[in-house]
Amino acid sequence: MTQQIPKEKFNIVGGNHAATDQLAAKSVSFWKEVWLRFGHNKLAIVGIIILIIVAIMAIFVPIFSPYTYSQQLGVYNGPPSAKNWFGTDDLGRDVFTRVWYGARISLFIGITAAVIDLIIGVLWGSVSGLVGGRVDDIMMRIADVLTAVPYLLVVIILLVVLKPGLVPIIIALSITGWVNMARIVRGEVLSIKNQEYVLAARTLGASTAHIISKHLIPNALGAILVTMTLTIPSAIFTEAFLSFLGLGVPQPMASWGTMASDGNNAIDTAPWRLIFPAVLISITIFAFNAVGDGLRDALDPKLRK
Amino acid sequence: MAEKILEVKNLKQHFGSIKAVDGISFDVYEGETLGLVGESGCGKSTTGRSIIRLYDITDGEITFQGKNIHGKKSKKELKQFNKEMQMIFQDPYASLNPRMTAGEIIAEGFDIHGMYKNKKERKEKIGTLLESVGLNREHANRYAHEFSGGQRQRIGIARALSLDPSFIIADEPISALDVSIQAQVVNLLRQLQKERGLTYLFIAHDLSMVKYISDRIAVMRRGKIVELGTAEDIYNYPVHPYTKSLLSAIPLPDPISEATRTRIPYEHEEVGDDAKSHEVFPGHFVFGTDAQVKEWYTH
Ligand SMILES: Nc1ncnc2c1ncn2[C@@H]1O[C@H](COP(=O)(O)OP(=O)(O)OP(=O)(O)O)[C@@H](O)[C@H]1O
Ligand SMILES: [Mg+2]
Repeated sequence: MTQQIPKEKFNIVGGNHAATDQLAAKSVSFWKEVWLRFGHNKLAIVGIIILIIVAIMAIFVPIFSPYTYSQQLGVYNGPPSAKNWFGTDDLGRDVFTRVWYGARISLFIGITAAVIDLIIGVLWGSVSGLVGGRVDDIMMRIADVLTAVPYLLVVIILLVVLKPGLVPIIIALSITGWVNMARIVRGEVLSIKNQEYVLAARTLGASTAHIISKHLIPNALGAILVTMTLTIPSAIFTEAFLSFLGLGVPQPMASWGTMASDGNNAIDTAPWRLIFPAVLISITIFAFNAVGDGLRDALDPKLRK
Repeated sequence: MAEKILEVKNLKQHFGSIKAVDGISFDVYEGETLGLVGESGCGKSTTGRSIIRLYDITDGEITFQGKNIHGKKSKKELKQFNKEMQMIFQDPYASLNPRMTAGEIIAEGFDIHGMYKNKKERKEKIGTLLESVGLNREHANRYAHEFSGGQRQRIGIARALSLDPSFIIADEPISALDVSIQAQVVNLLRQLQKERGLTYLFIAHDLSMVKYISDRIAVMRRGKIVELGTAEDIYNYPVHPYTKSLLSAIPLPDPISEATRTRIPYEHEEVGDDAKSHEVFPGHFVFGTDAQVKEWYTH
C-alpha cells in the first residue's frame, strides 16, 4: 500500500523556476534560420555554385569567347582543340560559344515558364482556396481538365498557328504547368486560413487584405519558392524533349535541346556535339533539383527523412 | 448579483449534418468566470467561436452588453465588438504566426485599429503588455518558435489583452501545457481578471482544470449543456450522471484516497424531445426528462 516517505529524505538541490523558462539562444528570424539550415546542405550548395557558374557563363559568353554563335569558322565537325574547346559543328560553328548562348535560351524558357506558372498559379490557387465552396469546385475542375490535355498536342497546334520559336514552346509549357502551382497554393491557403493565428487576426478585426498580406503570403512563400525552383528544370527538360521531336527553337538560334538533338545525328563522327549540351542539361537539372530539395528541407526540417 | 454581460439563448451551430452545438442557453455575469467543460468534440470550441462571430450561427440569439451581436453589422459596430470581446486559443504553436515577432503579434490589434500616434507609443504599448503577462520588453523582437509553450501562451494572452477587452473566451488555454506551467498560466489569468475586471468564458476538457478559476461551471456533452451551476454545487452536489462520471475521473492529490478512487462509467441514455432544463436548486440546472432528473436527484 501507500507509504509515507519521511521529509528528511528529500534534499533541496536548488534550482530556479523562473530561470528554467528563460531564453538562451540569440534571436534569429525564420528566413535567417532557413538560410543557416540550407548552408549545411552540401548538395544544395553544390547546386547553387553550379547555377551561379552557368548563369555567369551564359551572361558573359561574349566576353569569354571570341566567336559569335552563328559565326562559321571553316572547320567542320572539328574535335575539341585549343582554339575550339568543345569542338565545332557541321557548319563550322564553335560549340563552346553556342553552348552558352544555348544556356541563355534554355534558362530563359525555364525561368519564363516558372514565372508564368507563378503568376497564374498563385492567383488561381489563392482565390480558389480563399473563396471556397462552389467557386473552388469549378476552378479546380477547370484545372483538372487542363492537366488532361497533352502538351504535345498543344505545341503542334500552336506551331501550326504561330511561327516556330520561343513563344509557342513557352505557351505550351505554361498552359498546363501552372496547374501544379495552383494546387499547391490552394493547399497552403486551405491549411493556413484555418490556423488559429488567422482566427486570432479575425477576432482582432483584420480585413481580408490584412490576412492575405500578413499571414497567407509569408507562410505560403516557402512552398511557392520550392515549387518554382522545381518547375524550372522540368521546363528545361521538356524543351529539350520537344527539340528532339523537331519542335524546338529554329536555326540559327540554339538551345541545349536543339544542340543535343542535332548532335545526336552526328554521334559517330562528332560525339562532342551531343556530349557537351547533354552534360549541361543534366547538371543544370540536377543543380535546380538539389537547390529545390535543399530549400524544402531547410523550410521544414521536420519533413526531412 | 452582477449584471449579465452575455446571454446565449438556444444557440445552434450545425456543420451540414453534424450538430456541433445543438440548442444551448446560458448567461455570463460581469466579472465572473464561467467554466465550460466537456470531452473532446462535444462542441466547446464551436460554442466559443460562434459567440465571437468566427462562425455564422445556425440558430439562436446571442446578446452581448445588451446588444444582439449576430447578423449584419456596420463597420463601426464590428470594431467596437472586436475591442470588447477577445479569445485565447488552445494551441500555443498554431496560434502564433511563425513569421512574426512577439512584438508584431501583440501589436496586430492596434495596428489594425490604428490605436497609437507614433512608433514610440507603439513600442511602449508592446512593452507594457509583455510585462503585464510576465515577459520582458526585450522579448518583442523574438520569433514565436524561440519561446516555450508557456511563454507562447502568454504572448497569446497579451494579444487578447491588446485591445483592452472586457470579455475573454479562453479556449483550453492550458490543455497543451506542461502541468508545472498550467498553474502559472491560470494564476496569471486570475491576476489579470482582478486587475482589469475581466469576464471569462473558460473552456476546458476536464473538471480539474476549471476548479480553481471558475465561479460557475457548465458541463457540456454532445452539443448540449447537461448541467450548470456554481462551482461548489457542481463539485459537491452533482446531479447529472455525466457530471458525476467526469468528477470521478479527477485524480486525487492524497495518495490514500487516490488508491481507492474508482471511475464511475457513464452510459449514455438517449433523451427524447421532451428533455429540458430543470432548475433543481436556485441557479443549478440539469438537462433531462422530468423522470430522469427526478431519479438522478433522489439518488
Ligand atoms: N468547421 C467545421 N466544419 C465541420 N465540422 C466541424 C467544424 N468545427 C467543428 N466541427 C465538428 O463539430 C464537433 C465539435 O467540435 P469542437 O471543435 O467544437 O469540439 P471541442 O469540444 O472544442 O473539442 P476539443 O476538446 O477536441 O477541442 C466535432 O465533431 C467536430 O468534428
Ligand atoms: Mg476545442
